[in-house]
Amino acid sequence: MIALAPATAIAADTTPKASLTDIENDVMCVSCREPLAVAQSPQAIAERNYIRTLIAHGKTKAQIERALVGQYGPAVLGKPPAHGFNLTVYILPPLILITGIGTLALLLPKWRRRSKANASARAPIAEPSIATADAHRLDEELRRYGG
Amino acid sequence: MRRLVVPGLVIVAAAALLALLGFGVAHQGSDSSIDAAVSKGHLPMAPSANVALPLLGSAGTEKLAELRGKVVVLNVFASWCGPCKDEAPILEQEQQRLKGQNATILGVTYLDNSSDSERFVRQQHISYPVIRDVSGNFVRSFGTTGVPETFVINRQGRIAALRRFQIDGTWLSQTLPAILAQKS
Repeated sequence: MIALAPATAIAADTTPKASLTDIENDVMCVSCREPLAVAQSPQAIAERNYIRTLIAHGKTKAQIERALVGQYGPAVLGKPPAHGFNLTVYILPPLILITGIGTLALLLPKWRRRSKANASARAPIAEPSIATADAHRLDEELRRYGG
Repeated sequence: MRRLVVPGLVIVAAAALLALLGFGVAHQGSDSSIDAAVSKGHLPMAPSANVALPLLGSAGTEKLAELRGKVVVLNVFASWCGPCKDEAPILEQEQQRLKGQNATILGVTYLDNSSDSERFVRQQHISYPVIRDVSGNFVRSFGTTGVPETFVINRQGRIAALRRFQIDGTWLSQTLPAILAQKS
């Protein structure tokens, strides 16, 4: 029983803890600069084989991603690391969204107040007047056709 | 005047985004300044000469600055690259000739995992030193975007010749003698 324990531990260590499909959606083919899931270049095939080896060794997704960075550099990650110029990827979209919402929040009440003020300031449209003779003729016509 | 504030801000924001886009695109493009300089005969200093990179299969490091005084044939390769396999025997043969002439081939792996690179070195019987450029910054400083690429660095540490595709024996035999003959 005691002799079997280390063998069981080794077997448990090599149980796959990640799937190739899951990982290749999150990493890049570094030479072709496209997601590994769709890349078919020789480098992508080598990278996929390397991931398969790590999966067979029972590595988790996080461990595999760390190993990939160690072998291919941070460019292998689908999401770029948050430093340098790459920071714009993380900062800019929420910044634009917040600025947009803030601008609308500031300007919308102003625009609504202005349009209401314009509406109330506008003079009522006068009914076009017609001559008495024309009014009689119109009534006559309406009676004739309207029944 | 106040009416111009909002359109002005929108225009400034749009211009800033366009500038950011331009900066990003400009930094993605390949750098051909080394090729232009070499073709004009203005031999540029080899970039990243003081960057120490790990030697494949050992705990040591190597940097170009330490090889100053030697002619270095810097070959960028990867185990998954077919043309690299074809040129490896030519480079190994050249290494045997260069040994006695204060010169060496120096391999640099490109976007390759170390176990595959080590297998490649064993299978191709490569005896010259090979360094690993994991981040890719070293080879990018040479304007490298693919493999294989080869740079001949003279004894002064300047790039004297380069080839951005597979080399052959003829290119080496036509390129190297003149560079080897130069004194340091």
